[in-house]
Amino acid sequence: MIIVENLHKSFGDSHILKGISTTFEQGKTNLVIGQSGSGKTVFLKCLLGLFEPEEGQICYNGQYYSELSISERRDLRQEMGMVFQGSALFDSMTVEGNVMFPLDMFTKQSRSEMQDRVDFVLKRVNLIDAHKKYPSEISGGMKKRVAIARAIVMNPKYLFCDEPNSGLDPKTAILIDNLIQEITQEYNITTVINTHDMNSVMEIGEKIIFLKNGYKEWEGTNKEIFKTDNKAVTDFVYSSELFKKVRQMYLEERN
Amino acid sequence: MKYLEAIGKYFIMVWEVFKKPTKWPIMRSLILKEIDELIFGSMGIIIFISFFIGGVVTIQTALNLNSPFLPKSLIGFATRQSVILEFAPTFTSIIMAGKVGSYITSSIGTMRVTEQIDALEVMGVNSLNYLVFPKIIAMLMYPFAVAVAMFVGVFGGWIAAVFGGYAPSGEFIKGLQMDFDSFHVTYAFIKTFVFAFVIATLPSYHGFYMRGGALEVGKASTTSFVWTSVVIIILNYILTQLLLG
Repeated sequence: MIIVENLHKSFGDSHILKGISTTFEQGKTNLVIGQSGSGKTVFLKCLLGLFEPEEGQICYNGQYYSELSISERRDLRQEMGMVFQGSALFDSMTVEGNVMFPLDMFTKQSRSEMQDRVDFVLKRVNLIDAHKKYPSEISGGMKKRVAIARAIVMNPKYLFCDEPNSGLDPKTAILIDNLIQEITQEYNITTVINTHDMNSVMEIGEKIIFLKNGYKEWEGTNKEIFKTDNKAVTDFVYSSELFKKVRQMYLEERN
Repeated sequence: MKYLEAIGKYFIMVWEVFKKPTKWPIMRSLILKEIDELIFGSMGIIIFISFFIGGVVTIQTALNLNSPFLPKSLIGFATRQSVILEFAPTFTSIIMAGKVGSYITSSIGTMRVTEQIDALEVMGVNSLNYLVFPKIIAMLMYPFAVAVAMFVGVFGGWIAAVFGGYAPSGEFIKGLQMDFDSFHVTYAFIKTFVFAFVIATLPSYHGFYMRGGALEVGKASTTSFVWTSVVIIILNYILTQLLLG
């Protein structure tokens, strides 16, 4: 579980995060949504420890990040997996090399143990025959799956995803969403996903927080988002005619 | 003020490079890869340029020593001095600032814009140690490349002198051996070590701290080449004053 308390972050004169507080529960897919420039990426980078907030606390399973020593922070980082928007795979390594990298770096496992683990996670993300390929030789969807495999290879307690569906076709996007949700539940991980994809919001948003201009404007579940009358949320989520109709049908069904 | 900040940031980066080392087996393979990429990958251009520079130095010296009272051995002497003292260490370093420096800036810069450096940081890897340290160690082999440049430069001069009819082989070789001061070679290698460190770290700095996209990677490579060359030229002057002045 991750508890965020009154988080503030600025860059020079621009105040990006303005007192965000929320809780991300373990075993659930927690979504952070909001318009471009609302502070989602900065928020995620604060959760990852890449940015130090000026004010506020982040608590990971009872450990306050600000109270940890440098080596404790490093240990905590090894419990985190991250799926970047562009996958961020190492170009110079094969798929197998990318997934094996954290094991090679931080464990004392033998080559065969590492190979077994890599084979297992690649199979888990449905990538069986891409071991020896380089990132430039595989599709966007495959890259995302490799990134997920790399993120989970160390059995993380926390999984962070920055727009995991961006640039993917709708079918692959759904596959990636489902994969993240299955992995979250299977390994009881605390997962936080930054997304713009309203399909993801409807499908896997077990907890959603909506950011607007650095403030937390709304939070709830994918069921509650249909019922909310918060104008900022409805303007953002139901900006397309399709989603307006989906919402209308949902509300009519309930009535 | 901006430049002072950049200088401070550069030295902090250098300090960070030596903190929290990467596991030795991984580091060893990275160092070997960088030696292959940075040193052996540059040998072709170094040999090519040194050969012709040596030849040109010889021809120009010969054309300027046209008095019958001056011995032809001076052509060999001047070629040796020019190549060992200046052309091999400094000229080669400027070439390396372009070839190796641009490669370092663009490869690290591309890793920055594609979030690969963020991925390393998130995993808890000291990205500066992982990316820059192997380059610094690999560049310790750079004096070997400069030694080759010295030899090839002098050889190029000999070819130009003998086959161009500017000096007989015996006279040229006599000039090469004339008043040889071994400290001049030491001086050249001291310079080379300093330049090697600059070539490894300054382009890394420009790549590591760049912001933006593909266009900015190109700009950072150009800026890196300009600043690496400027720093090499300034350090060349300071070291020459300190060691030979």
